[in-house]
Amino acid sequence: MLTLFEGWGKHAALEVQEYVFLVRAAIVGVVTRPRYRYDIWEQFDRIGVGSLTVVVLTGFFTGAALALQSGLTLDQFGGRSVVGRLISASMIKELGPVLTALMLTGRVGSGIAAELGSMVVTDQIYALRALGTDPVRKLVVPRLLAGFFMAPVLTIISDFVGIVGGWLVAIFQLQVASGIYWSSVTQALYMQDVWMGLIKPFVLGFVIVTTACHVGLRTSGGTQGVGQSTTVAVVTGSVAVIAADYFVTQVLIKLLY
Amino acid sequence: MEDTATPQTAEEILSEPGAPVVVFDQVQLAFDDKVILRNISFTLISGHTKIILGASGSGKSTTLKIITGLLRADSGVVWVNGERVDQLSEKEMMNVRGDLGMIFQEGALFDSLTVRENVGYKLYEESDMPLEQAHRRVEEVLGWVGLAEYIDRMPSELSGGQRRRVAIARAMAFKPRILLYDEATTGLDPITATTVDEEIMKLRDLEHVSSIVVTHQLRDAFYVATHMAVRNDDGKVEIVRATPEKEREAEFIMIRDGVIIFEGDADALRGSTDPYIQTFLS
Repeated sequence: MLTLFEGWGKHAALEVQEYVFLVRAAIVGVVTRPRYRYDIWEQFDRIGVGSLTVVVLTGFFTGAALALQSGLTLDQFGGRSVVGRLISASMIKELGPVLTALMLTGRVGSGIAAELGSMVVTDQIYALRALGTDPVRKLVVPRLLAGFFMAPVLTIISDFVGIVGGWLVAIFQLQVASGIYWSSVTQALYMQDVWMGLIKPFVLGFVIVTTACHVGLRTSGGTQGVGQSTTVAVVTGSVAVIAADYFVTQVLIKLLY
Repeated sequence: MEDTATPQTAEEILSEPGAPVVVFDQVQLAFDDKVILRNISFTLISGHTKIILGASGSGKSTTLKIITGLLRADSGVVWVNGERVDQLSEKEMMNVRGDLGMIFQEGALFDSLTVRENVGYKLYEESDMPLEQAHRRVEEVLGWVGLAEYIDRMPSELSGGQRRRVAIARAMAFKPRILLYDEATTGLDPITATTVDEEIMKLRDLEHVSSIVVTHQLRDAFYVATHMAVRNDDGKVEIVRATPEKEREAEFIMIRDGVIIFEGDADALRGSTDPYIQTFLS
């Protein structure tokens, strides 16, 4: 039994060590040359523009469902008119960043792990190195930059679309006047909330991409291994997003409020 | 009296006929408890061919990966083009790899790039060569392997043999002096395998590339060792029976469970009385 725990512990320690090495190499790759500009733009397009549909749909329906649910609850206190406050605060501080990050984990994290995993099992990573290319600079850095900078952009879009979704439910189903909804949305927002909603996605984007790249590059065992890596990237990425969200929230509350 | 002789540079020494370009000295490698290579030593001479034979899992491909620095040996010394690659960092290895081309088992072509982009990868991404010149070189090497018309195809649109030939074109595009072939003909039909073998011979005999050919396909190993490519007066390339001197430039190594059990030329291999080699050859 002890040997089993020992083995598990060693494996976990090795994974953490390799993750730290990868992150360090990626950060060095971001600040030093050579940089693969075409790959960077390609990843901004794939991760940013490519994720737009799923993020917009998620944001819209989350905002709409939130308006319906909170409308019911607020009715008990005669506070239906402040539904906008609840939606804006929830979307901007928490739901927008976390749901966008989870959607990115599902779409981008799985894609990265599968792509890099396939490259590992078909010797393409070896081929890159044999041709004089550092795989971290060529494959990880472009994805890291795209994830880091596009996650906040997508979160802002998700927040906005979520609030619009809530607005549509508020005016058509809850019969709240449009003006009242929008003034309620802005009244509840403080600068600290906006900062929190903007800072979080940078961290979450970083976590999603680095986790997926680490899992993808550690793939072994042929096509079955690629499948496993994809699953592990999504599961680990999702848990890491929720956990990172908690810790970042703790830190930001201490710093901002 | 004044000595007028200028000392030779390492570059000059290595470009001389008979200079060792790859030296393996007592190399050992193990993954956990499994020993992959045990005291492997051999030398590849400039312009010669070393054919490494052995069953699957005997450590043949690992040997090539150690030469290119993709894997690191646990002990022993590895020289490539005058550099001790066992002591070099990944960054320093990049310079050594500038003179090393490797053809991987399944080709390892980049799925997302066209044939042109695959073949010219190093020229486009890792060199300062002007784009027009790089394009010309890509077209030239694709013409060399007979796949010029496939230049804009994706790797998924190619057959197994075509993928291997594109892989050879990619490895030779930047004119390396050493080429490493990892099971370049495994899984191919005999006709396609012969085409790939002939590419290996053409590079060796017409471009003077030193080669290490890893295979367990005896037919291909002997074909490469006992034949040579010559250019006729009309410029056409022909594959003919190798001269005895040329045949001696191809040396065989047989690896069994990470240990070299035979080293010598084709005749010596055929004449070996070792029961394992006899079984392997039969």
